[in-house]
Amino acid sequence: MDDSKIPSALLGGRIRRAPENFLDGAAIGEVSKGRRDVLRASFAAAIAGIAAATRPAAAASDGDPDILELPPWSTSLGLPVAAVPYGMPSKYERNLIRRQSPGLTQVAGSSVAFAPLQGSFGIITPSGLHFERHHQGWQDIDPKRHRFMINGSAPGMVKTPLVFTMDDLMRLPSVSRMYFIECGANTGMEWGNVAVPTVQYTHGMLSCSEFTGVPLRLLLEMAGADLKRGKFVLAEGADGSSMTRTIPIDLVMSGEVLVAYGQNGEMLRPENGYPLRLVVPGVQGVSWVKWLRRVELGDKPYAAKDEAVHYVDLMPDGTHRQYTSIQECKSVITTPSGGQTLVDKGFFNVSGLAWSGRGKIRKVDVSFDGGKSWQEAKLQAPVQSKCLTRFTLNWNWNGERAILQSRATDETGFVQPNYRQLRAVRGTRSIYHNNAIQSWLVEPSGEISNVQVA
Amino acid sequence: MSRWREMSFGFVRRAALVAVFAAAVASGASAADKYPGVGRAATPAEVEAWDIDVRPDFQGLPKGSGTVEKGQEIWEAKCASCHGTFGESNKVFTPLIGGTTKEDVEKGRVASLLRPDYPQRTTFMKVPTISTLFDYIRRAMPWNEPKSLTPDEVYSVLDFMLNLAEIVPDDFVLDDQSIREVQKRMPNRNGMSTNHALWPGAGFGTEKKKADTANTACMKDCGGPVQITSTLPDHAWTAHGNLASQNRRIGPVRGRVTGNDDPDAIDEPGPAGFKLAQSAGCMGCHGLNNKIVGPSYVDVAAKYKDKDMLDTLVGRVVKGGEGVWGEAAMPPQEGASEGEIKTIVEWILAGAPGR
Ligand code: HEC
Ligand code: HEC
Repeated sequence: MDDSKIPSALLGGRIRRAPENFLDGAAIGEVSKGRRDVLRASFAAAIAGIAAATRPAAAASDGDPDILELPPWSTSLGLPVAAVPYGMPSKYERNLIRRQSPGLTQVAGSSVAFAPLQGSFGIITPSGLHFERHHQGWQDIDPKRHRFMINGSAPGMVKTPLVFTMDDLMRLPSVSRMYFIECGANTGMEWGNVAVPTVQYTHGMLSCSEFTGVPLRLLLEMAGADLKRGKFVLAEGADGSSMTRTIPIDLVMSGEVLVAYGQNGEMLRPENGYPLRLVVPGVQGVSWVKWLRRVELGDKPYAAKDEAVHYVDLMPDGTHRQYTSIQECKSVITTPSGGQTLVDKGFFNVSGLAWSGRGKIRKVDVSFDGGKSWQEAKLQAPVQSKCLTRFTLNWNWNGERAILQSRATDETGFVQPNYRQLRAVRGTRSIYHNNAIQSWLVEPSGEISNVQVA
Repeated sequence: MSRWREMSFGFVRRAALVAVFAAAVASGASAADKYPGVGRAATPAEVEAWDIDVRPDFQGLPKGSGTVEKGQEIWEAKCASCHGTFGESNKVFTPLIGGTTKEDVEKGRVASLLRPDYPQRTTFMKVPTISTLFDYIRRAMPWNEPKSLTPDEVYSVLDFMLNLAEIVPDDFVLDDQSIREVQKRMPNRNGMSTNHALWPGAGFGTEKKKADTANTACMKDCGGPVQITSTLPDHAWTAHGNLASQNRRIGPVRGRVTGNDDPDAIDEPGPAGFKLAQSAGCMGCHGLNNKIVGPSYVDVAAKYKDKDMLDTLVGRVVKGGEGVWGEAAMPPQEGASEGEIKTIVEWILAGAPGR
């Protein structure tokens, strides 16, 4: 089709007057020669300039030009199947990506990229947006050469140390389950005071996937594990850091701990441990050892670097707590949240995430007045153990200042604490395991910011 | 090569499977019987190759020994570039050494951990168990060449670090026996507690321990008046870039404008040099505006402004460079061709624009 025959009005953009107004002389020459892409780019720029135009321009004439004047996607042939053999998000979604928090770490190989919770729906994290935390960079391991070993800390701890290939592991009966994973240091920057602007940086070391794999229990049984003597397992990675973490055998015997290769219907992503990682539901992310190469059954804990120097929680009396693992009940409102602006007064469906390392979420309450009064939110199904739960609550915003909070209760009856209660026990220097109630201040302008209240 | 690997592996596997079955038969029905053909016994050599963990009771510790003097050589050649001559650097990671005193060594408690104003928590301020350091250095350090040290080298470099931390004297020989004495001098050996409710199982006798907090789900007239006690500092609003560009372009909210890039921009062409610098791994050591291991690109551009340095700098990147910006050296760069490096350096000298 000859583009120059398309009326310029069909080329898109709701705020359309005379498109030529956005173009300089040279560009107009291009347009008349039929360079539609030049025109389109100019439109994009012009629209961007009118930032807050969220309502269809109540047209002076007959209605919304986006309705009256058919857009190109309604009047042209689309792309064929498999044009993008592995599908990608729309180019219009490029703002929602994993991001680092500047200054948090010195090198990107030992760092964090946070998941964009501010734009999330439901409970599943798309694999490409799953948060990243590496200690020694990430590897893309050849699965044909990957091996998984089970052995014991002493002779007889397992009857037969075993080696599995990926073929072996994928032949065994598998289970698929949805679990959240949260870094122990999530919200760690906020222990003392407000430090970062958005929920991506306050809570974005949190993700949730459906994982597929084999219960570790089954593999230990195959090796003939001596479960009278074995009280702990050590999990170890195959990457440069060969991360090691101690896990109690009780959790393994519950059948929940998985040696997983699948994530959201496909193989794990390399950044998440391809081809094999441990899944330790309810426990902080560092124990979900990626690129898993070995599990050792032993009678004593291991005091690995990341359980003797890091992932230890500094208490007010100068002692560190070691082996703090469970991620306690916590929640956060994701929409609306810090660093956002409400588009207008009126109706909003407040929405957020709740989770507990001790089981299911029983209820979530939401406050609009900084915690003076609370309303029970609706929990979206499914509500599963050690999995994210989405909650929502309708809200008519009257344009007045408000402080939004959410407070989750889990099935053990534990209620998410506020900062005062948490700091009374753990002080402000713990780094890890901050599950305090989060507050978002809404200004009359609709602008929202991260605050802490007492 | 890989074909050979698979074939010979197949052989090992078959032989080993027989062994597994034999063991299973001997011990009566076991889980292994249920899944015939899946998995095989590990050979002793395989277990030895991978089972390198060392526990606090020194189970798993290899025999060997080292000296402070040898340790210093290794340190200077393989560790100092990232951790500093005295383990004091925070260029790449938090400092390893410092913050402990002779008194701490006597008591086994690090006093500076009680000081909220103490600037950084070094490794030696926290680590209670010497086994942890041996285990970790052997498995993971040097960071860019993990598992390259022999046990004797690990003993030596650890001996040197202990000496820097004033835990052992200059002539101390660290070996698989003397390490037990060192454990008794670790400055924070008595600084740990497992008395909490965050361990999901038995093992520490904490099964009955109650959670730290006991909030209630009050619904009306809760607490006193609401006071805002902390807000985001001004500088932190812009430190994370333009929040408008970190939120969706549609929906009930927009991101707040905290920068001047265009949140509605759809394609990010970006300078070719910047893209290459990312794919060639340069950005791990150089920030656009911040020094990492090497200088920031903005500083490089400023230093050579109006000077004809293109070819010289391309040569230094290709062959590696040192002595211009400080102690750290740049290794030869093999992640990009010389032509690509030229594109990158042109972009750097143009001021390293991000867009
Ligand atoms: C290329 C830079 C680099 C080199 C060279 C290097 N390290 Fe490291 N080192 C790091 C980084 C980065 C970390 C943090 C890793 C992490 O996040 O888990 C680290 C962590 C450590 C730690 C643990 C510190 C802690 O508090 O967790 C020790 C001990 C250590 N290194 C010792 C050594 C020794 C000994 C050598 C030399 C044999 C060495 N390093 C060489 C970058 C380096
Ligand atoms: C392992 C860390 C590291 C990596 C990776 C690295 N550099 Fe460097 N770079 C350095 C250091 C350190 C210096 C300072 C050397 C000196 O003082 O002479 C440096 C210096 C430079 C300089 C200034 C040289 C001079 O003589 O003033 C340029 C230009 C440069 N690097 C470009 C690059 C490019 C391009 C890449 C990727 C192809 C790269 N670097 C990768 C560490 C690194």
